[in-house]
Amino acid sequence: MAKLPVESEKIIAQFGPSLNFPSREPLECRDEPDKVVETHCCFCGMQCGIKLLAKNNKVVGFEPWMEFPFNEGRLCPKGVLRYMQNNHTDRLTSPIKNTPGVGFVPISWEEAMDNIISEIKRIQSQYGNDAFSMLSGVSLTNEKSYMIGKFARTALKTKNLDYNGRLCMVSAGAGNKKAFGLDRSSNNYQDLEKAEVIIVTGANVSETFPTLTHWIWKARDNGAKLIVVDPRVIPLARTADIHLDIRPGTDSALFGAILNYMIRHDMVDHDFIDYFTSGFEDAKDAVKDYTLEWAEEITGAKKEKIEEAAKLWGKASTSFLLHARGIEHHTKGVENVLSCINIVLASGRIGKPYCGYGTITGQGNGQGGREHGHKCDQLPGNRDIENPEHRKYISKVWGIEESELPGKGLSAYEIIEAIHRGEIKGLISICFNPLVSLPNSNYVREALEKLEFYIGIDFFLSETLRHANIVLPGSLHEEEEGTVTTAEGRVVRIRKAVDPPKNARTDTEIILEIAKRLGAGDKFSFSSSEDIFNELRVASKGGTADYYGITYEKIEKNMGVFWPCPELDHPGTPRLWEDKKFRTPDGKAHFNPVKYHSSMDPVDDEYPVILTTGRVVSQYLSGSQTRRIGKLVQQYAEPLLEIHPKLAAQFGIRQNEEVVVTTKRGSAIFPANIVETIREDTVFVPYHWPGKKSVNQLTSGHLDPISKIPEFKVSACSLQPTGKIVEVNKFSETYKSS
Amino acid sequence: MNQYYKLQEEFFVDMQRCIGCKACEAACAECETNGHEPMIHVNYVNRAVTIQTTVQVCMHCDDPICANVCPADAITKDEFGIVHTANTSRCIGCSNCVMACPFGVPKKVEEYDLMMKCNMCYDRTSVGKKPMCATVCPSGALFFGTREQMEKLRPNSSPVNKFIFGMETVTTKVNIMLPKGTEVLKVF
Repeated sequence: MAKLPVESEKIIAQFGPSLNFPSREPLECRDEPDKVVETHCCFCGMQCGIKLLAKNNKVVGFEPWMEFPFNEGRLCPKGVLRYMQNNHTDRLTSPIKNTPGVGFVPISWEEAMDNIISEIKRIQSQYGNDAFSMLSGVSLTNEKSYMIGKFARTALKTKNLDYNGRLCMVSAGAGNKKAFGLDRSSNNYQDLEKAEVIIVTGANVSETFPTLTHWIWKARDNGAKLIVVDPRVIPLARTADIHLDIRPGTDSALFGAILNYMIRHDMVDHDFIDYFTSGFEDAKDAVKDYTLEWAEEITGAKKEKIEEAAKLWGKASTSFLLHARGIEHHTKGVENVLSCINIVLASGRIGKPYCGYGTITGQGNGQGGREHGHKCDQLPGNRDIENPEHRKYISKVWGIEESELPGKGLSAYEIIEAIHRGEIKGLISICFNPLVSLPNSNYVREALEKLEFYIGIDFFLSETLRHANIVLPGSLHEEEEGTVTTAEGRVVRIRKAVDPPKNARTDTEIILEIAKRLGAGDKFSFSSSEDIFNELRVASKGGTADYYGITYEKIEKNMGVFWPCPELDHPGTPRLWEDKKFRTPDGKAHFNPVKYHSSMDPVDDEYPVILTTGRVVSQYLSGSQTRRIGKLVQQYAEPLLEIHPKLAAQFGIRQNEEVVVTTKRGSAIFPANIVETIREDTVFVPYHWPGKKSVNQLTSGHLDPISKIPEFKVSACSLQPTGKIVEVNKFSETYKSS
Repeated sequence: MNQYYKLQEEFFVDMQRCIGCKACEAACAECETNGHEPMIHVNYVNRAVTIQTTVQVCMHCDDPICANVCPADAITKDEFGIVHTANTSRCIGCSNCVMACPFGVPKKVEEYDLMMKCNMCYDRTSVGKKPMCATVCPSGALFFGTREQMEKLRPNSSPVNKFIFGMETVTTKVNIMLPKGTEVLKVF
């Protein structure tokens, strides 16, 4: 059983999180590094260029990379301090074994591998191949993502492989495929520069994608009007021309009303709609009753402001619409995305200079990772695992019979549910910390404890991995060559700066070794990351995400190549749809009818307040990396409950008072931060922390029926002040809460 | 005179763009000569009512009050107009400069009994690079470049380097971006 070997405090004492601070002694080595490596940040989907300074096989600092075109040296605090994850005392440097009553004990690679292989074989022969599952992550490069997709299907022979992008871009991906037949941001961010109107909805750009702020301001300097849709006055909303502070979960009502307004006031592009789209009449019919008054009632935003936004958008000649998790983390995430696409298509402003649309991909390789096959329903090149032609092509590339290729498996949260039900008995995870990042974390913990065997591959012992039976020390971002695909669809080079320390190995070596020992060595004879990429190029050829024409050399020469790039002499595609040939079966862009309906966990008398979640600028996702970097931890040391003074008064809550927040899943305590920068009916808690400080103890496992994304953004809660005022300071030890 | 120092490049601060991310503080603190302390400071104006942050860097006054009030002659202004941090062998930690600065810039670091402030990354600017904070700032709240570049990039704002504090007028090397046409900032 995958239980903690000893109490978590003992595990934390040995494996962290502990805080890494720069040495106060001068590091003379920085002046004369062995290597200055041009690579990218390991965190968000912007993938800012950065130079790492390496000395004696350690990353000792950074230098801005002024020439990389997206960020020209600009970075956020996470990027500045990313190098502090290297040379960290928490780093796993040997395979370790969960030994009940003792803790995690170092073992040899041979013992670890023997144990892993025998347990995989035992579980699969006893319960069937699909009873062993795999959860992966999109902090991994394209090469590793591709290899893991192939590994799960051809070596582990399971259908149950999914990834942490399930918490990230899947609603946008599904919406984009429905509307355009392809899943990528339609434009690169240079198209923001001269957009007349920009809508940013459900995207706290300045905290989650800080370097994108520059491009939005560039447009504003050129006269662009900025419309921000968010229940909070986020930093970008503070100076926006229009801030629509809508109630969480009412996005499709807002965009439905804007579409209706555009149609009624003849602000649509009839020629574009007639020639290049289908489904307009159905979409129009779905929103015909969505008046401004109705939208005001549903969303809580003033109808005058909605009208002003609709007019700006309707009359613009160039524009850009950006969205992120704020509209996507819903049981109607796909519908919200489609409601945004509908107003883009109605405007006809796509496939032209400064006319853009796109989701802002969250994770470092959220874009490339989801294209090449560690998603439960997908094969490389963004192919469909249930499409006979697609299956046939990939089976040929992989040298297997199509009948051997597993079908569609369960999505990430469904895998946890299946473990809970006892249907899945084994798990391998890599770069995924579901105990912090999935909703309803107490349920997730119960599931992990039911596993018969759990193998982890990672560079730090995350909260989830404390449950593992064997943990293999994998590699950091800066320890392997590879490529990632940025939120713009630009394929860029990740360069190795140092080797994995001591007895740690690269992720690639580990996966290849397990594959070999499972008898699939012939399919995993790669000699380098570039070798894997070259197979990926062939596997993606002919798919919508076609990388065939992209080579390492071409990426390096051009500072990235935008896919699709089907031939070696093809320059890549920074802006999609200039030819108006959409990748849907009929070649047209599709409107989809979107009717508004309420969220799955609506407020009621018992739970009268909306709880929504998100991020802060100094932390990244589940915090497995950033909760170990001292200065990032001190910048925002513990999750606070943001609450409006009127709502606080209603519940008698005082500043810095601990408040019990309760939902149908459970309770957690957070200090109140009383601010006027949030709606009066909504409270906000960021989610980067574990254990008793995890807001994901409270969020629900309700999933979008299409994308299977959980509804993180709307939970009904009640608030109870405790009477205890606490001091909130940078020395809080919440980063290692258990 | 150092030929690599780009005299024509100036420092511009545009508060409306500050997103409070503290990339500037983190990058500044990377400098070993600061003892890993940031010499630039980002603060909320009043978090209870707004998310607005301000960013304060040494303004490098033309006639630096901090230097004028220093009894130990520890603070000097160089030929490029950079007002340097206290000379460690001279500073007596009296805090005169801390109290005199109209912008609240110098900080006395008790641990070292020393006043420390921004020297506009002399190690970088003296070899033709930009100061670290203005290099990494993701929103353009901090910018280092020529006046011509700035006028072209930000047509809706004007750089201001003249500040009136009551009866006193202070001119600085560092500019604050204010609405187009503004020439002076009066602080009462």
